[in-house]
Amino acid sequence: MERIPILRIGSLLLVTIQVDLYDDLALQLQDDLSTRIADLGATGVLIDISALEIVDSFIGRTLANIAAIARVLDAETVVVGMQPAVAITLVELGMSLPGIRTALNVDLGMEYLRQAATGGDGVGTDHYAE
Amino acid sequence: METVSEQIITRSEILPIRTQIDLVHVRQRVRTWLSEERFTLIDQTKIVTAASELARNALEHGGGGQMEMSLLAVGARKGIRLKFSDQGPGIADITMALKDGYTTAGGMGLGLGGSKRLMSEFDIQSSPGAGTVVTVTRWK
Amino acid sequence: MIKLLKMMRDNQDRILTDWLDGLKASARRRDLIGDVEVKEHARKILTLISNPPPNTVLEDFSSEGWQTVRDQLMEISISRVAHGSSPSETAQFLLSLKPVMFKLIREQLTTAPDELFREIDVTNNFVDAMALHIAESYIQSRDKVIARQQEEMLELSTPVVMLWDGIVALPVIGTLDSSRAQMVMESLLHAIVQTNSRFAIIDITGVPTVDTLVAQHLLKTITAARLMGAECILSGIRPQIAQTIVHLGITLNDVVTRSKLSDAFRLALERSGRAVVQKAGQAPVVAPVAGVS
Ligand SMILES: Nc1ncnc2c1ncn2[C@@H]1O[C@H](COP(=O)(O)OP(=O)(O)O)[C@@H](O)[C@H]1O
Ligand SMILES: [Mg+2]
Repeated sequence: MERIPILRIGSLLLVTIQVDLYDDLALQLQDDLSTRIADLGATGVLIDISALEIVDSFIGRTLANIAAIARVLDAETVVVGMQPAVAITLVELGMSLPGIRTALNVDLGMEYLRQAATGGDGVGTDHYAE
Repeated sequence: METVSEQIITRSEILPIRTQIDLVHVRQRVRTWLSEERFTLIDQTKIVTAASELARNALEHGGGGQMEMSLLAVGARKGIRLKFSDQGPGIADITMALKDGYTTAGGMGLGLGGSKRLMSEFDIQSSPGAGTVVTVTRWK
Repeated sequence: MIKLLKMMRDNQDRILTDWLDGLKASARRRDLIGDVEVKEHARKILTLISNPPPNTVLEDFSSEGWQTVRDQLMEISISRVAHGSSPSETAQFLLSLKPVMFKLIREQLTTAPDELFREIDVTNNFVDAMALHIAESYIQSRDKVIARQQEEMLELSTPVVMLWDGIVALPVIGTLDSSRAQMVMESLLHAIVQTNSRFAIIDITGVPTVDTLVAQHLLKTITAARLMGAECILSGIRPQIAQTIVHLGITLNDVVTRSKLSDAFRLALERSGRAVVQKAGQAPVVAPVAGVS
């Protein structure tokens, strides 16, 4: 079966989604990531969705699940590169993904994960208020 | 001179919704049409997302069906209409099904309510045992 | 009308000269559109009218065969709008063809009064139909220009400014209706991507009132920005607007707010690991804070 490749950089895992995600492929990614986080003791997962043209409620939920599973396995997840049109649509759909950390691009996402691993305050954006 | 313009269908196509791969085709085909017809990127994204939600409902809750997509013209105004139909179990309480967060299948419960917000017009016909037809339209 | 068209073909040069002379005599502001262009327009129209495609219902200007003439009139109207001609000047351009044609018909049909009256009548109606068409086209073209200008003004009135590396601000000035709010917010989200900014300040000091829809647009934009990886700070909420927001039952719990744009800017600097420091005897400067970046 087709699989989305997972790259390892130190203690971080990097996923770039470039294909049109069908449901089983998204679920397969969720499985693969869970296994890899546990096996490698990864501290962070970065998912680059800049090439994704839409995020519907299924993909949104998969992203949220991955973040939640990673957290249980003691790893941080950051989703990077969501396009403005995708973000506007997702909000209109009713999904604001409150539990997910986000960053503008891969560089900022990596920076956040490295700092999170060393306990520093991050550069990612969380859903925090004052 | 005021004339009442008639709504005409300038293009139409029927796509099957039987497998997960069909869902991908539905999204891609709707996207192709919309970019050919020069809908804005934000409109394209909203419409494709709604199509994805409704096609998935036809597949997962309705046991499969089809989407008919039509390009509409009223005078100089253009629009796209997507009609999703299945012969599945139907929906007993439509008001309930439209509520955000309501799901009978462990989903997010945002498909129906969300696509209603993403499109200009939304119509749903369904009764238990008689299948479901959801028709949505968005004007340019 | 067949005979009339043959008459036009045989006398095309003369009709053109007389038509242009008549126009020059009546025009008040000839400088707006050049003589060369007017002549070109007149020549094209005459050529098209005298050579309709076969099967054209000649007397009916709305028939299919006259489509090329109608298209040409639309083109002329666009050029007239661009030159600033008035609608009546534009219609006058065609109406001036009437006396020229009447004179020609009178000369050619002196011996056949019945035919003479009929052709005059046909010409009269036909030129009127053309004048009406060009006037309508003129209005359509002008509406398009106005709509485009309005859109451009909207864009101009809401510039997204870059305050610092990684910090953009959107000072919104004037009343926000739903469509303007949507447009403003979309341009902010694009600016965030283009300038790679992690912080976006939406300053609404210049906004007199906010209704439910606009407040919702604001909230949606802030949420969308967060999904993209940027944080919004809302500044300049006037007391009346604060009251409205509370009254409307809209919660801004998840939104970071500051009363002034400068406070929002300071917060954004701090969050991005910088601080404003004042050195002895010098103006405050922005400096990176050690350890964070
Ligand atoms: N085509 C359909 N056939 C039968 N039931 C449907 C159909 N579409 C939606 N429903 C019902 O409406 C509920 C809400 O749908 P939706 O808003 O898309 O959320 P979700 O799909 O996540 O459950 C579904 O859980 C299902 O019970
Ligand atoms: Mg659904």
